[in-house]
Amino acid sequence: MIKKISLAVLMVFLVSNLSYAEEAPLLAKDPELEERVKAISAELRCLVCQNQTISDSNAGLAVDLKNQVRDMLRRGMSERQIKDFMVERYGDFVLYNPPVKGTTMVLWIGPLLMLILAFWMAVRIVRRRSRGIDSPQSSEDAARARELLKD
Amino acid sequence: MTATRFLIPLFIFFGITVFLWKGLSLNPKEVPSPLIGKAAPEFTLPILNEFDARLSNSDMEGEVWLLNVFASWCGPCLVEHPILVNFAKTSDIPILGFNYKDKPQAAVQWLNRHGDPYERVVLDIDGRVGLDYGVYGVPETFLIDGRGFIRYKKIGPLTQADVSEDILPLIQELRQ
Repeated sequence: MIKKISLAVLMVFLVSNLSYAEEAPLLAKDPELEERVKAISAELRCLVCQNQTISDSNAGLAVDLKNQVRDMLRRGMSERQIKDFMVERYGDFVLYNPPVKGTTMVLWIGPLLMLILAFWMAVRIVRRRSRGIDSPQSSEDAARARELLKD
Repeated sequence: MTATRFLIPLFIFFGITVFLWKGLSLNPKEVPSPLIGKAAPEFTLPILNEFDARLSNSDMEGEVWLLNVFASWCGPCLVEHPILVNFAKTSDIPILGFNYKDKPQAAVQWLNRHGDPYERVVLDIDGRVGLDYGVYGVPETFLIDGRGFIRYKKIGPLTQADVSEDILPLIQELRQ
């Protein structure tokens, strides 16, 4: 039994090592650069596999874009410049955090407006109800109801 | 006021329905290209089947032309290919093939098998120029005007409707 478990554990280690084998040499070359490549590519959308960042993806295009980011960093370009480069080609959609501007205003302030609207409605409803209880009309109604119930 | 009040939620419901309906019918794969209305990115690339020759986008200046991104490994390219072949037969608009991340040999075989609608084919073997054109899904088609500006872009296979409703009228307009 123990033998079997240790074999299984060994297998897990072997397999996981294998899957990392491809990326390891790159990381070893310049860990600091790779860290920056990773940070930037984690904010760029992979357009082929839309709900992944290019950092998460191994699709052909994502690999190309990661190489592009690495290349640009090596040439001493800033994160801003790299993102501008990507937006110029792929549009704002490539950014995981949409920028604040005219066309994305609804996205940014929409939820806030909804919240304010909901709050305003809640206040109105609560006010009206609390007023309703002792308004003359409703006490009149109540009196009539009591009258009817007597019979 | 009170008589119509109960209709308000109904209106809100319809409003939301319209929005969601519209949202569902949009294709998230069709990312609006920021390149439309801008100058086509520069390239100088080797030409398929022409040893040592290179073609640059500025060589096409003064002409309205189509740039079609394709690859022999690309399945959907086969879907639009007959439409391109037919377009090449019926129109005098040149189509430049943009062979994206492909082996030239494979591209030649593919064109022999399925027909060659292209005036010329340029080779973007490492996909570097494709990146400048914001290519992310093959096929893609660009319409470029005589001044070298991108006027139209289609991501994914061209349909006959794209050609007759968008591309041909635009070409007519650009040639005036």
